[in-house]
Amino acid sequence: MTCCLPPPDFVEAVAGPGRQGPSDDDVRLASRDLGGGLRQSDFSVPGVHCGGCVSAIEKTIRALPAIESARVNLSTRRLSVRWRDEGTMPPVVSSLFDLGYPAHLDDFADTKGDPALAALVRALAVAGFSSMNVMMLSGSVWSGADAATRDLLHWICAVLTLPVLLYSARVFFSSAWNALRHGRTNMDVPIAIGVLMAFGLSLYDTITHGEHAYYDATATLVFFLLIGRTLDHVMRERARTVVRGLARLSARGAMVLRPDGSRDYLPVADVTPGMVLIVAVGERVPVDATVTAGRSTLDRSVVSGESAPHAVAPGDRIEAGTMNLTAPLTVTALAAERESFLAEMMRLMETAEGGRSSFRRLADRVAEYYAPVVHLAAFLTFVGWMLVTGDLHRAVTIAIAVLIITCPCALGLAVPMVQVVAARRLFERGVMVKDGAALERLETVDTVVFDKTGTLTTGLPVLADVRAIPLDALAIAGAIGAYSRHPFAQAIAVASGGMPAADLGTVTEVAGLGVEAHRPDGSVWRLGRADWALAQPDDPAGTVLSRDGKLVVRFAFEESLRPDAARAVAALQGQGFTAEVLSGDREEAVAAVASRLGLASWSAATTPAGKIERLGPLAPGRPRTPLVGGGLNDAPALAAAHASMAPASAADVGRNAADVVFLREGLMAVPDTLELSRAAGRLVRQNLFLALAYNVVAIPIAVLGFATPFVAAIAMSLSSVVVVANALRLGAGNKPKTRPSPRVARTEAYPG
Amino acid sequence: MSDFLWLIPLSVILGLGGLVIFLWSLRAGQYEDLDGAAERILYDEDEPLDRPR
Repeated sequence: MTCCLPPPDFVEAVAGPGRQGPSDDDVRLASRDLGGGLRQSDFSVPGVHCGGCVSAIEKTIRALPAIESARVNLSTRRLSVRWRDEGTMPPVVSSLFDLGYPAHLDDFADTKGDPALAALVRALAVAGFSSMNVMMLSGSVWSGADAATRDLLHWICAVLTLPVLLYSARVFFSSAWNALRHGRTNMDVPIAIGVLMAFGLSLYDTITHGEHAYYDATATLVFFLLIGRTLDHVMRERARTVVRGLARLSARGAMVLRPDGSRDYLPVADVTPGMVLIVAVGERVPVDATVTAGRSTLDRSVVSGESAPHAVAPGDRIEAGTMNLTAPLTVTALAAERESFLAEMMRLMETAEGGRSSFRRLADRVAEYYAPVVHLAAFLTFVGWMLVTGDLHRAVTIAIAVLIITCPCALGLAVPMVQVVAARRLFERGVMVKDGAALERLETVDTVVFDKTGTLTTGLPVLADVRAIPLDALAIAGAIGAYSRHPFAQAIAVASGGMPAADLGTVTEVAGLGVEAHRPDGSVWRLGRADWALAQPDDPAGTVLSRDGKLVVRFAFEESLRPDAARAVAALQGQGFTAEVLSGDREEAVAAVASRLGLASWSAATTPAGKIERLGPLAPGRPRTPLVGGGLNDAPALAAAHASMAPASAADVGRNAADVVFLREGLMAVPDTLELSRAAGRLVRQNLFLALAYNVVAIPIAVLGFATPFVAAIAMSLSSVVVVANALRLGAGNKPKTRPSPRVARTEAYPG
Repeated sequence: MSDFLWLIPLSVILGLGGLVIFLWSLRAGQYEDLDGAAERILYDEDEPLDRPR
């Protein structure tokens, strides 16, 4: 089956789809509808680092057709584009690439419009305003105001504390109420009781002209706790929406060839086994099927992690989700959609997502023991003072002082503060962390498992030994190769670098075999499989360029390693981690990459289910092993593994399933992240120790009745400040020294 | 004592003013790109007013 080809748009053919980040179709699918024909797309552009980048990008993108607005956010390295939907997507991604800024679709865009976070910040602002003013007025009470002034100040303080109680502290009240209603107790129960009782008692003392009032403690307590709560909210585990992304990958419809020769475009769900389908070039195979007519090449990397393109001929079985590269195929459906490969993956993914919920965050584990201790201490204090003095007012005051002084301000700040700082430091290194729990999980790992295709390697073949190939042969091979979508042909075209080539004459692609050029001088050149291109092939395998059946040059290919892959593996081994490769690719390919990187342990031909078995919650001994991977076939394992990282170039689904996404091309992000998560873990434990040590000192003072409002205010603030200052030490002093220029990032990202 | 009656409301009103300004700037999205604002001032160019942004 041959087909005459139009001369290619050379640049498009060489660059090829998929080499410049997400395709326009993907962008379109991921964009949000703003109504009125407007759509918004968010991109993550890690190369942006100065005002010059910002203005260059905005100017270029705004000049594109159908663009309504474009705005770069330098803090988050994001580009937000609004465009008018006029049937075609403006070429934003390729324009960015041409400028030297590779871009990825941004999965974090939804965090911006988080209404809960905005509400927390507003509550925090109100609490901050009240506590500062109350504190100022309390200062004059502490320095000894006379009785009448003191009463007046107390009344003003009471009014100022009211908004804290009625507005800011609602988070704690509702959470505590929820816990109590279900017969449980949590950290918010002593907080709510302490705040309410402190305010109630202070109000009583104000009315009865008492000497001490705890308005300042109430307001600052809520203020500090809200800081902790807000930071915690920023780092909380987000609901993952992985499966939705997977569904997007499957073909939406299929061209069905009826027995009477008519054609129908049916939704994939309506395809039944036995139907004859036509799969055009560039389409994904809709359901598992066998080839009935046509020869082509399939990209199976999404399905199995195989890097080399796969030639298919009539009789071969093909899986749903593979991409048809070179020629149309006629296939017979073997299974309905719900029984095919992608549906199976979705099922694996849903089960995998449930498996990880067993992990409990350190802060929650500490809180579980801390809350009852606080209740008990306050209650025993009350009973003790009642027995000793019999003075109800005094006993209640001291019990409340215990509740207030033990309130976990420092404890609430200890963990999220460190995690927020860690996330910020990692972001400076081009790593995005999805939630704080991921940092805690990463801290405990000892073995790192890598996927091969798309993670250790870029997933694209490159021509080996380019220097050994004669220039004129390379130029002709490159010109011919540009006509084919076959990855090897494209690799040759890229390697030739668009050298001016002679007139090729008529060019035809013979699907599954190669490309043929009848040049005006009568010679026939073939670029393709040796057994087809050569009249008497000495070695039938491999890719060659031939002239009239005689060998001109033989090409060898290798997988291009991701930049820094070797350095990253060495760094990991230097830090004491074991590194492994777990791939779905053939054994030779995996072994070759493993030996180039010095990895002793590898396993090949692993199915997605096999990866889960190896890494998931049911694996023997529940291995604390993070997976670094990005292919679709890794996605269920990424969701199931103890922790997971994916490059930003990964499949949409893989990025969504991973805990950590690294935006730069280099693999050094992996050892960097692990190192920083360990440092963060150390600081978290130090902070918890500091917070608990503070309580060991403060509780006896409070129990013995020495905690005046003044002492309580000082002690609370001091412990929180110490914990925050300790967290800020993280990563200070070893900030990344140089920022890679976007031009360098570009050549790294797309070798050749 | 009589100074009090003036000064305390004054300080509270000033504080409230600060709070309102903060809430307004939060709503106006002024904290969304802190690094960008600092750099943009160096590159801002004059643009015609009627240009849609």
